[in-house]
Amino acid sequence: QLSPVRSSVMSQTPPIVSVLPTRGLVDEKFKVLVENLPPGRPVTVRSLHHSDNGHYWEAFGFYTSDHRGTVNVSKDQSVGGTYTGKEPMGLLWSMCPVPGSHKGLRLRKLNMCSPMLVNISVHSGHEGFRDGAPLASVLVERWYMAPGVKRIDVQEKGLLGTLFLPPGPGPFPGILDLWGGGGGLVEYRSALLASHGFATMSLDYLSCGQPVFTYVETAFNFIKDHPQVIADRVGVVGLCLGSLPALYLAADSTVVKVVKQITSPLLLVSGCDDQNWPSFETAEDINQTMRAAGNDHLLSRLDYPDSGHLIEPPFSPHFRASTFVTTNKRKAMILWGGKTKPHSDAQEDSWRKILSFLQQHLCCSLNAKL
Amino acid sequence: AEQCCVSLSVNPSRGLMDEKFIILVQKALPGFQLTIHASYHCEDGNSWEAFAHYTADAGGTVNVSQDTSLGGTYSGVEAMGLLWSLRPVPGSKPGLRLRKKNVQTPMEVTISVYQGHQTEGFVDQVPLASVLVERWYMAPGVCRIPITEEGLTATLFVPAGNGPFPGLLDLWGGGGPLVEYRAALLASHGIASLALNYLTPKTTMETGKMVDNQYFEKAYKFLQQHPQICDSRIAMLGLSLGSAFTLKMAVYSQVMKLRCVVCIGGSHVQPVDGSVEQVLGYMEKNSEKTRFTENNEMIWRDLLLPIPTDPSFKVDVGRLKCPLMLVVSEDDQNWPAPESAKDMKEMMERAGNSHLLTVLSYPNAGHLIEPPYTPHVRISMFRTVVMALWGGQMVEHSRAQEDAWKKILIFLRENLYDSTKPGATTLSHL
Repeated sequence: QLSPVRSSVMSQTPPIVSVLPTRGLVDEKFKVLVENLPPGRPVTVRSLHHSDNGHYWEAFGFYTSDHRGTVNVSKDQSVGGTYTGKEPMGLLWSMCPVPGSHKGLRLRKLNMCSPMLVNISVHSGHEGFRDGAPLASVLVERWYMAPGVKRIDVQEKGLLGTLFLPPGPGPFPGILDLWGGGGGLVEYRSALLASHGFATMSLDYLSCGQPVFTYVETAFNFIKDHPQVIADRVGVVGLCLGSLPALYLAADSTVVKVVKQITSPLLLVSGCDDQNWPSFETAEDINQTMRAAGNDHLLSRLDYPDSGHLIEPPFSPHFRASTFVTTNKRKAMILWGGKTKPHSDAQEDSWRKILSFLQQHLCCSLNAKL
Repeated sequence: AEQCCVSLSVNPSRGLMDEKFIILVQKALPGFQLTIHASYHCEDGNSWEAFAHYTADAGGTVNVSQDTSLGGTYSGVEAMGLLWSLRPVPGSKPGLRLRKKNVQTPMEVTISVYQGHQTEGFVDQVPLASVLVERWYMAPGVCRIPITEEGLTATLFVPAGNGPFPGLLDLWGGGGPLVEYRAALLASHGIASLALNYLTPKTTMETGKMVDNQYFEKAYKFLQQHPQICDSRIAMLGLSLGSAFTLKMAVYSQVMKLRCVVCIGGSHVQPVDGSVEQVLGYMEKNSEKTRFTENNEMIWRDLLLPIPTDPSFKVDVGRLKCPLMLVVSEDDQNWPAPESAKDMKEMMERAGNSHLLTVLSYPNAGHLIEPPYTPHVRISMFRTVVMALWGGQMVEHSRAQEDAWKKILIFLRENLYDSTKPGATTLSHL
């Protein structure tokens, strides 16, 4: 921590930076306000995060205070930094590793039960803002789990997964969440979905040593049969490699009883600059197949130009490439694609639409009996 | 399994104690009658609840910030009614008060939706939906530091960041052990605040002797010398008995140069040369003026009345050199705050410093002006021995708490952060 600067700074009036909310979910927007600056003063608003695996990430925007001495990040224009223009959440999605960091880093939170801590500070000037101590700063918490969400390790029927249950009596609609080929048990999307009212299970389907499709069916049954899940309201979300088992469940599997071929609604989200997976071409191909079969009314597509492969929850930083450890333990740099601003817009837009799609199909309509 | 997904959300789900939230019920049938219920289990083992009756609109929605409660523990359009109308559940001991001792953890309130318009038996039913809401006294990064140096017994709350910050000395009333929640909240608003125990500090507990007036000056010097606190921007805030010492030190101390002073529910009436012990003794001498309600609750507001004309029995606020804000509840049954404020105003007008004075006066508010949305209690146990009448009517008292807090924060910010344009810093989120 920098040593405090005493009375010479304080004899001028110190600015005040405030963020609302100070504790929010990772998909919630915040408002960042700097007040009590002299009018017309160039300042930098900066975010700083120390990740679970020890790296520092930052974002910053260059602003000028208005005639009242205020900078409102939700309304004012950033004229430079890691983002430009009017970007209320730029301090999060444009984060990148601080100068001097390793190449190819990726920001992922490992512990769901604690929040991501982001320090938001205001500095004098634009270029060279790092030379002085911050004028003021505030700490913000970003949570994956809403209060009352329960995290439960699942280790039965040979399954290795984590179940997140929303607060309340239930029962809840359920989701099987299949992450990608990066391996391991990735929990953050499940935690977030549970914060939105879905009983969601993350599944590690790569290290299970069983045929993937059978394993995934067992997991689906586990959710369906759970006393706090509504058995006929279970969906599947798949990212990247996880899309394959997801599509399998929607089409060929006999477990999902309401399905012959694809007879359940399907939402495909593709980044058109996906350099890892031919997701756009795949979506086109699925579209044509379903049109020929006469069930393309079930298909919805979200295609995002200039977005890359890793469409993560909103405001997660974008990176065009990162290091990836392959199954034979070799390190490679993988190109995911995408340009930062369009990719971030895609994350925000797609998440809202995914939630809406899930709510539409998994939650009861107005006509259902109570 | 036909149990349907009436959905309930509260935003923000984690907020500070003085922040508003929006409670939304969706996907109900149009015209559906429902009860929204709040439940809170105190650290002391008691349970509190509030509830309100709503009818879903044509879209199947209830928005507590916009819709009308048809009855319950509050009625009308009240965004925060489920907090300020909390009351002990049926069967609880009388005279309870909701005060959180551990400010490092949030108050956890369960908000639920029940079918129909219900008034009791919530605990025996399964709600349609329920969520947990956290209400925090400490913003992220605020540090809580127990202080024992210089013979002080106090807790310091420092805002997040390097500082330096303005400082504040926070004095509670005669009601009991050191209470930290206001200082924690003030630190969450950028003011390094010291909650000072001046009635039962370690020295008094060990020697039996009450503190002298230098004790307050030591606390002030402690703040001045703190590396994260600006030595020229220190304020003092007193509630109830704490106001007495706040006013005394603000006017007479040669050591304390306060930027501004806030007094809630207090009075300037006291032996001006008196120590803590002598001030308490003065009140004790007048204790035969105690009145009783028909339920034997004690009314202490007459102990300091009538306002004396003898200048050795009231702090000479005409000599005050810094801004003073008085928060006055017109139904204060515990201290004669309205009469004292009137007298202080007259003294300051005669002395020519009344431009420093702001008086906030609230009809039908009671003595205990707490942070916003704290449930109002008209009576409660005082020091576990007697039942005191505080006064106030729930709705007006709750409005007073909300309004006073907002204005106190603006007053402190204007004087401690020295914004030359009052009102420019609008604290827009409050």
